Amino acid sequence: MYSKKVINHFKNPHNQGIIKNPDAVGQVGNPVCGDVMRVYLRIKDDIIKNIKFETLGCAAAIAVSSVLTDLVKNKTLTEALKVNNNEIIKELGGLPAQKVHCSALGVEAFKDAINNYQKNKNAQKN
Amino acid sequence: MRKKIKKIYLDYSASTPIDKKVLSAMLPYFNNKFGNASSVHGFGQEALKAVDESRQKIAQFFNCSFQEIIFTSGATEANNLAIFGLIKALKRKNSKSKLHVITSSIEHQAVLEPFNALKEQGVEVTILPVKSNGVVDIEEFKRAVKDNTVFVSLMYVNNEVGSVQPICEIGKLIQKINEIRFKKWQKIEKEIRGDKPLMIYFHTDATQAINFFNCDVKHLHVDLLSFSGHKIYGPKGVGALFVKTGVLLDAIQLGGHHENNKRSGTLNVPGIVGLAKAIELFDKKIIEKSNKKIAKLRQLLVEKIIKIIPNTILNTDINQSAPNFAHFSFLRVEGEAILILLDLAGIAVSTGSACASNNLKASSVLLAMGIKEEIAHSSIRFTLGKQTTEAEIKQVIAILPPIIEKLQNMAPQ
Repeated sequence: MYSKKVINHFKNPHNQGIIKNPDAVGQVGNPVCGDVMRVYLRIKDDIIKNIKFETLGCAAAIAVSSVLTDLVKNKTLTEALKVNNNEIIKELGGLPAQKVHCSALGVEAFKDAINNYQKNKNAQKN
Repeated sequence: MRKKIKKIYLDYSASTPIDKKVLSAMLPYFNNKFGNASSVHGFGQEALKAVDESRQKIAQFFNCSFQEIIFTSGATEANNLAIFGLIKALKRKNSKSKLHVITSSIEHQAVLEPFNALKEQGVEVTILPVKSNGVVDIEEFKRAVKDNTVFVSLMYVNNEVGSVQPICEIGKLIQKINEIRFKKWQKIEKEIRGDKPLMIYFHTDATQAINFFNCDVKHLHVDLLSFSGHKIYGPKGVGALFVKTGVLLDAIQLGGHHENNKRSGTLNVPGIVGLAKAIELFDKKIIEKSNKKIAKLRQLLVEKIIKIIPNTILNTDINQSAPNFAHFSFLRVEGEAILILLDLAGIAVSTGSACASNNLKASSVLLAMGIKEEIAHSSIRFTLGKQTTEAEIKQVIAILPPIIEKLQNMAPQ
């Protein structure tokens, strides 16, 4: 059912954990639908210096979280925001049809974090 | 070289390995004795003899007569035939009356989906709620019965949490209701009372019960009973429906008039022979001993898991369930993730989480029991079988806690 890459990311996820005093946090999903993903960002000079995730979800959701963090890490915000669901699926060697929706979870959580980051930054400016 | 892990199978309610004796009983009927049981020549008669003997053995187990057993492709087909076949016949006979049927919210999809279809056909449908332990409330049942109720279908043992339904009690109740209906009708003057009143027919899906409980149809007071081969150490693709003599049933699958014109289709002779052999192996003493062992191992699993893993919820009611079920929820972890990690460790289980289902919905059985969705998503079902050993259960007790902990640590607080 799952590709080897999905299983590897699921078994040994990259960047799993939290960042203390992060520059931004984003979260999507809820326990009722089964999946929750939270990302923590450390941003310097508009570059994602560090990213960590916490996910409550299935093997695909955890693997997606892991790959997302790999894909955006050390990228500029503009570059990182270009990462999309298809790229995540490709990186995972494919996802079973009923799991494709899980790939959105990663991107949405990341976008939510960036959103929060920018809101915060604007608030500080004002 | 890496040592190959010994696999542990704890999903016996999904399927069971075929018993060696069953397999060897079946084998001749694939080649040497391959005849079509409907053929008149010697090959056919040889096959028919095997089918007849099998039917006799099965009838004996259920304490019914030979002609009351209809072979099908499994329990799903048996359920479909029972539900659609009976309602089709009743509609044919009572075209004017609006029929009312009852089932429960924890039935297998092979019953719930046909009931949904009946609703679309204009049949009045009541779906009974269950108590928090997954058992139908008899009082709720009594309240649901109406004058136009003609059919009740309730499973014997639930396939997710293992809860045992009060089939015998409800069967007796239905018998009483039928007697009252008949007496009432008898009191009406002959000239004006018309045809005999509508009776309630009672069907049970006994698929998960055969291994453990009394399935004597007279004891249960059922008119129809479904079961399949592969849950009882027999082959897949074969099952049967018991239909009491006198119960109206129209064929759903039309063709060559097999099975007394109730179910057309060439008889699956090897499957039928295997089904009967599996049934024949239910020696009372051996079963009792095996079930005691299974119950003891389940007790060990439940006690240890609850003790070791904090905030574990046991969804199976130990006092009112088949002895092989242990259904847990582990808070703040998603069931499919647990399943995959257990599978990678060589342990096969199942889950009621939406993430493992094709429709991406949490198990309707768990929700019907009043279990919250987030808790249903965290569920894992262990079902033990006659080959389960203490060493296997101990292995699970060692492997599961760190898996839960690992996943809990990954989840947001």
